[in-house]
This record gives sequence, C-alpha cells and structure tokens, in this order.
Amino acid sequence: MGGAFAAVAAGAARYDGRVSTSKVTTMREAVAELVHDRDSVAIEGFTHLICFAAGHEIIRQRRRDLTLIRLTPDLIYDQMIAAGVARKLVFGWLGNPGVGSLHAIRRVTEGPAPTLELEEYSHFGMVGRYTAGATGLPFYPLRSYEGTDMPVANPDIRPLRSPYGDETVYVVPPINPDVTIVHAQRSDAAGNTQVWGLVGSQKEIAFAARHVIVVVEELVDESVIRADPNRTLIPGRIVDAVVVEPFGAHPSFAQGYYDRDNTFYVEWDAIDRDRARTAAWLDEYVHGVSGRVEYMDRLGADVRERIRPTGRALAGPIDYGEYK
Amino acid sequence: MSEPAYTPNEMMIAAAARELAGQRVCFVGIGLPNIAVNLALRTVAPDLELIYEAGAYGAQPARLPLSIGDPTIVTGSLSVMSQADLFGLYLQGGLVDVGFLGAAQIDRYGNINSTVIGEYATPRVRLPGSGGANEIALHSQQVFVIMRQSRRSFVEHIDFRTSPGHPPGGGSHRGPTVVVTDLGVYHYDDDGQMRLDTLHPGSTLDDVRAAMEWEVHVAPDLAETPPPSAEELRLMREVLDPERRYIGQAATP
Repeated sequence: MGGAFAAVAAGAARYDGRVSTSKVTTMREAVAELVHDRDSVAIEGFTHLICFAAGHEIIRQRRRDLTLIRLTPDLIYDQMIAAGVARKLVFGWLGNPGVGSLHAIRRVTEGPAPTLELEEYSHFGMVGRYTAGATGLPFYPLRSYEGTDMPVANPDIRPLRSPYGDETVYVVPPINPDVTIVHAQRSDAAGNTQVWGLVGSQKEIAFAARHVIVVVEELVDESVIRADPNRTLIPGRIVDAVVVEPFGAHPSFAQGYYDRDNTFYVEWDAIDRDRARTAAWLDEYVHGVSGRVEYMDRLGADVRERIRPTGRALAGPIDYGEYK
Repeated sequence: MSEPAYTPNEMMIAAAARELAGQRVCFVGIGLPNIAVNLALRTVAPDLELIYEAGAYGAQPARLPLSIGDPTIVTGSLSVMSQADLFGLYLQGGLVDVGFLGAAQIDRYGNINSTVIGEYATPRVRLPGSGGANEIALHSQQVFVIMRQSRRSFVEHIDFRTSPGHPPGGGSHRGPTVVVTDLGVYHYDDDGQMRLDTLHPGSTLDDVRAAMEWEVHVAPDLAETPPPSAEELRLMREVLDPERRYIGQAATP
C-alpha cells in the first residue's frame, strides 16, 4: 500500500517534474494494474462522487467474478452486474434513488435460482465494517438490528454481550477490499486528496483497502493541498494511483463542478427494464468508447449544459495563521 | 359526493406535515416524506432542522431533490458530515426527533418489510433492503410511516422484518408512532397495536377494513382528517412540487 506506482511515473513529466512522487496514470493503466479477476472492489461515494468512469473501464477490460462492495449499489453496480463482472454484492440499499428498482440486479437475484450472491447489512452496518477494516479491529459494535430478521438473513451480524454490563449489542466484521476507488474534486500527483460536499464513507473504505485508486476532476499542486489541510480526506500515503478524469462521476455529481444528472437516473429505468436495451446501452456508451472523453462527447453537449451548476457558492476564506 | 379538489397524495403529505408540529430535528426520506417535511418547515414547524442520510444537517434545499443525495442539500446547510458521524453521532447518539420510513408491508405492530416479497434466499420480488431504515426505526425518537394501504401492504404476517415494530403488549420505545395512509391517520395504543384516529374526507371504515388483513382498532373518538388547506395546497403545488412528480395530477375541483 502506498508504494510508488512505478509503471506510470512518467505521467508526472507533463505535470511538475517530480517524477519520484507522482502516481498519475491513465484509467486504463490503473485498472489493468490494480483490478484483477476475483478481487473485491469498492467504488464508494454516497450519491456524490461515484466513479462511473472506473466502473466502465472495469467493464471494458472484462473483469470477472468480482465481489462488489458499496452502501448503495446505484446505477454503477447495476451496469457492472449487467455486464457480467461480478459474482457477489456486499451492500446496504439496492435501488435507483428517487426512481425505483435496479432491474439488472433484480434479474439475477429474484426467483428460484439467483445467480448473484448477496451479503446484506444496514447502512450503519456497512460503515461499521469499513471502520473496523480501516482501524484493524476484529468487529464493530452498533445498536442496530434488534427485533429484526437481518441477523437471520446474514449470520455475520452477531449479538455480543457487553463486557461492562448486561447490554447486548450487535457486531459486524471488518472488511478489507483488494481495491477501493475514490472519486474526488482534486488531488496532487502524490494522491493527497481533497473533497468537499458529501463525504459519505470514502475515507473509511480507502483506509481499509489494500490498494487505492483516486480519480479526480482536477490535478493541483501540493501547495494547494497544503493551503487547506482540513479539506484533505485521503493522504497520498495510502494511494497507489491517481487518474485525472473530468466528468468521471457522471451521472453522479461533483459538488461545485457538475450537478447530479437526474434526467439520466430517470431515463435509466426504462433502459434497465429491458435486457436487450441495457446490453445495447453498454455496447454504445461503455464498450463503444475509449474512455471518459469520448463518453461525454457521445452523450452530447446538452448533457454538459444541463448538469452545469446554476451559479457559484464560494466558501469564505479562512485564516490558518502563520507560526514561525 | 363530488370529487375532492386535491389528490390522495396531497392529503397524505398535509396530514404528515401537521404531525411534525413542534419537532426540531427530522431525518428526511425520498419522495412524499421529503415534501411533507419541507411543507412542515413552511407551516407548523418553522424551526425544524432537516438532516439527510447522505450527510447534511440543517439543510435548506433550494429545489426539491430527486434523491436523498443532491448538491442542493449541501449548499447553505449548517453542517456536512461523514456517514460514520451521521449514523453514530447524530442518529444512534439520539439527536433525531423524527425519522420517516416507507414500507412494502407493515403489520399491526408496525414491523416493516422493505427487503423481499417471498423467501429471503429465493424472493419473488427483491426490494431495496434496509439502507438506513433499520437505524432510523431504532434510534429516532419518533418514527413516521407514509404509505398507501391495501390488503397486500397492511398484512397479518410480513415476509421479512427489516425494521422493528412495537413488541406485542407494548412497553417499549421501539416502533412507529404515526402511520399516514391514503385512507386515514393511525397512532399506536399502549399494547403496541396500530389505532385509526382520523379518516380522510370521503373515506369510510368499510374502505379501511377492505384495505387491511387484520381487524382495525378504531379510536373511540374517531374524527375526520381536516382536508388540505388552500395554503398547504399552494405550497405543495407552486413551491415544493411544481412538476407534480409526487403530489399527483390535479384533481378537478
């Protein structure tokens, strides 16, 4: 974890010349190097900063038998599962938020012979698993699950008597993905990553992972990061690769950069209900493009226009002070 | 009787919003709860702070979000936090007065199924699952449920307990406190069972009985739900949901 990403160090030359610390690479190279068949993969981001660009590259490279981890599988895992990359899903809430079902996932989980393995927790249970994984604890205790069937459905949700009294709480096991992929507004070439807006659980699942890919809207100089250290979510120390991919979270959003493409989420429902239309969409917008730039071009200028923020909302400057 | 000049969803939203009078911190859900909470903020609960599961507290959305995660809940909010903080400090820590839940099935004790229809391992219908519902149900001081009722949704035995209801016999803080349907408003008796307190205008007890599997408990002082006021309708139609995504198409006056 955190070692130099040797295969891609040359990418830094066009940035600031500090080849020794740069982890900048392309999406194609990052996925080829770090995501393997049968890996467990977490592409997190709670509605915000979901890295569709990475999910699509995993589809393009035809990975197989992945275990996919996310609180809310969202459209990205629906598309990846429709494309056949996964054998198992670890999750908390399965739906198209505000719209309805994830039909591709329903097709492989309903009926007498489901083909996708499910491992199901509540949202806090998922966050607890991430936290235990990140902090090296054998379990995470929480006051969820009492009076429900969730511990019956998932025997890894277990009751534990408090060592300090008569109370019983539930515990969930740690999770340590082979790879976590985090989308963010900006990072430096070493992977020091800053996020604003909804931060979800990306920090915890990044620290829990064996490898981390950071995908950013903008690459900035280290001095930009150092000028506002409170905003740093993930230190470069745990990052293996940095990919610069503007609009990489579409149809999810990047606060201050582009809006959630709600029209896409609504329109996906009709595509998703039909296996053939889903396959045709994947052919056109995933297999049929070389990467994110071509994907955005194919979506068209009106999409860029409709996800443009309607105005600016700048944070006021704050003074960290100088102490010499 | 002539058709009412409002939709069933407008009645449900108005009834739910009124129940929020005096509440301070409300955990907001997608869809009808979202509109109900924003209506309450403009009518009976001006001091209400909205908390969204995506991690925003004191949100002031400038538009109605399609999803619980949207950039408009961030801009201008009081605080944005990680989900570890949201679920740990705010929700499990006891700061949330009211949480909203939806349900595919509910029983008389308020046990809720939002996971599967049929057997868990081989379901006829795979529903979303808990998400944060399990935590909202256990840790909000009050739990409001908004749903349409029918013999398929108000059932004697739910297929899966996603979120806990009242223990039979009552005596616990667990379980929903208010259930608003398209027919009426329910609260809970001391024995933990759902009790019909008001019928919406135009609904009858026979309608209610035809839309649930168990024998309804009726409050001795059963009343009629006041219909949506002109101001409530104006806010819903002009401010909160001008595209009528959630309130439904206009009824003919």
